[in-house]
Amino acid sequence: MLAYAVRRLIATIPVLFIVAVLIFMLLHLGPNDPAAVIAGDFAQPEHIERIRQQLGLDQPLYAQFFDWIWRVLQGDLGASIYNQQPVLNLVLQRAEPTIALTLSTISFAVIVGIPMGVLAAWKAGSIVDRVVMVLAVTGFSLPVFVLGYILVYVFALNLQLLPVQGYVSYKDGLVPFFRSLVLPTLSLGMIYVALIARMTRASVIEVLNQDYIRTARAKGLSTPPILLIHALKNAAIPIVTTIGLGIALLISGVVVTETVFAIPGVGRLTVDAIVRKDYPVIQGVLLIFTVVYVLLNLLVDLSYSLFDPRIRYQG
Amino acid sequence: MAISTVSTTRTPSRFRLLLGEGGTFTRRNPTLVAGGVIISFLALLAIFAPLVTRYDPIALDVVNRLKAPSSEHLFGTDMMGRDLFSRVIYGSRVSLMVGLSVAAIATAIGLVIGLAAGLVRWVDVVVMRVMDGLMAIPSVLLAIAFMALAGSSIRNIIIAITIPEIPRVARLVRGIVMSVREQPFVEAAIAAGTKDIPLLRRHILPSTINPLIVQATYISASAIISEAYLSFLGAGTPPEIPSWGNIVAEGRALFTIAPGAVLFPSIFLALTVLAVNMLGDGLRDRLDPQMQRSLR
Repeated sequence: MLAYAVRRLIATIPVLFIVAVLIFMLLHLGPNDPAAVIAGDFAQPEHIERIRQQLGLDQPLYAQFFDWIWRVLQGDLGASIYNQQPVLNLVLQRAEPTIALTLSTISFAVIVGIPMGVLAAWKAGSIVDRVVMVLAVTGFSLPVFVLGYILVYVFALNLQLLPVQGYVSYKDGLVPFFRSLVLPTLSLGMIYVALIARMTRASVIEVLNQDYIRTARAKGLSTPPILLIHALKNAAIPIVTTIGLGIALLISGVVVTETVFAIPGVGRLTVDAIVRKDYPVIQGVLLIFTVVYVLLNLLVDLSYSLFDPRIRYQG
Repeated sequence: MAISTVSTTRTPSRFRLLLGEGGTFTRRNPTLVAGGVIISFLALLAIFAPLVTRYDPIALDVVNRLKAPSSEHLFGTDMMGRDLFSRVIYGSRVSLMVGLSVAAIATAIGLVIGLAAGLVRWVDVVVMRVMDGLMAIPSVLLAIAFMALAGSSIRNIIIAITIPEIPRVARLVRGIVMSVREQPFVEAAIAAGTKDIPLLRRHILPSTINPLIVQATYISASAIISEAYLSFLGAGTPPEIPSWGNIVAEGRALFTIAPGAVLFPSIFLALTVLAVNMLGDGLRDRLDPQMQRSLR
């Protein structure tokens, strides 16, 4: 198992390297002078020149790249133009609300999406299946802020059940913490629920057509154990893969959700950076989110061996 | 001569396949028809926006600011007195244009890359690694970074949203090429000495068309969402052009007292994306039954 894990970890290095090259090249492929972009709109020419030298932009491209990647590996993602703070510190300061929102959304989506998909697969073709699939298409089509504002309008403004916006840290009480997460989680999670429900339905239906399911029925097992033990476990790999890939949607959605609900997380940091044209912050967030995404999908890859022991022994 | 006549009649044409047998079409393909009807209606509204609306979407009228919906102003007015109905209708132009352009450009570039990767070994090794890297970067964040560097314009939005969609098309096409190459009829064609270009045109390209139509539809739905997100976050359509994301972003501050500026464009956005996705699902069921399992 350890050898397998190490092999998978090594396999992500080329992807991460290409990601680093792409993110680095973004700054140089654009139509504008990188030093001028980083210096911001109102910079004096001498300021731009100073940044050019400071960042080594007068060096050859390959030298710049290896210099940059060396600093990134040491945790130096550059500094904000707006307040000169190291980007990594800025992100870490804002990490708590984003992690809380992401974890609650993943839990919500898994807890709702998988049973919905199993139910639809079990009752395939029935009215229950139809309803689930219509909900899934609708959920998939509702942009995060659309659902967010509709929920705020109904539950916060009209019914006054939940706060309109803001984030309460878990350190300031668990009840206000969860209350502040309900609407953001629902808005961000719906698209993810839809994705997971659709994939679960498709893979469970496929498994239910297999011979060993017929055997399980023939030996007298009732439907719930068949669904839960035989079908779901064997359908797990595509479902878990979808959960992993769906995190990309989640990352994009987090930025929007934090804006709708005025949550002071990494997404909000990104939006403030857009307004201030603070490119080093945007680049740093992009890099961190991408690395997190790749590593989470590595975990997903590793989890395959829990569902299918054969994977551990293969190359 | 004889061979070419045979080959034109051997399978029902794509058109026939799409339209089925006359009157049963709507009954058999409810999502396809519903999606198509809604999109056509929205497209007509967008094209004939100057005829449908009574007010200039960017004309300020400060005296009439924040009016509630009425027969005068169907959706009310925003904080600068601009007619929201006009702004929402004109906003559909941006969404539909971005959706169509991104789908067309991403499909075209992805098709070329995918074909090259499926047929030429070194392209496969080099280019598909780059595509894998590109797919690992969350698309909206990549687009935000691009917009921060390139500056806001409709052209740049289209580029920013197209780049992350290209690898998805390239992978799809590469997969199709790989599996078609294994088919006996293609192996027979190669054995019979068919050159690369005719092989591509006669045997490989036709198999990519149906899945690509479906994929392009899904891409336009996700491009419409991405444009709205970017504009909403302030990294998209220039603020002077009304787009659904922009209207929502401007209405955000006063949402609690005047929710119309947020809700009306949101409803249009959700409806459009839903209709395009329904169109995609309908086309998929119709054209590409094997793709049922993969979601995007």
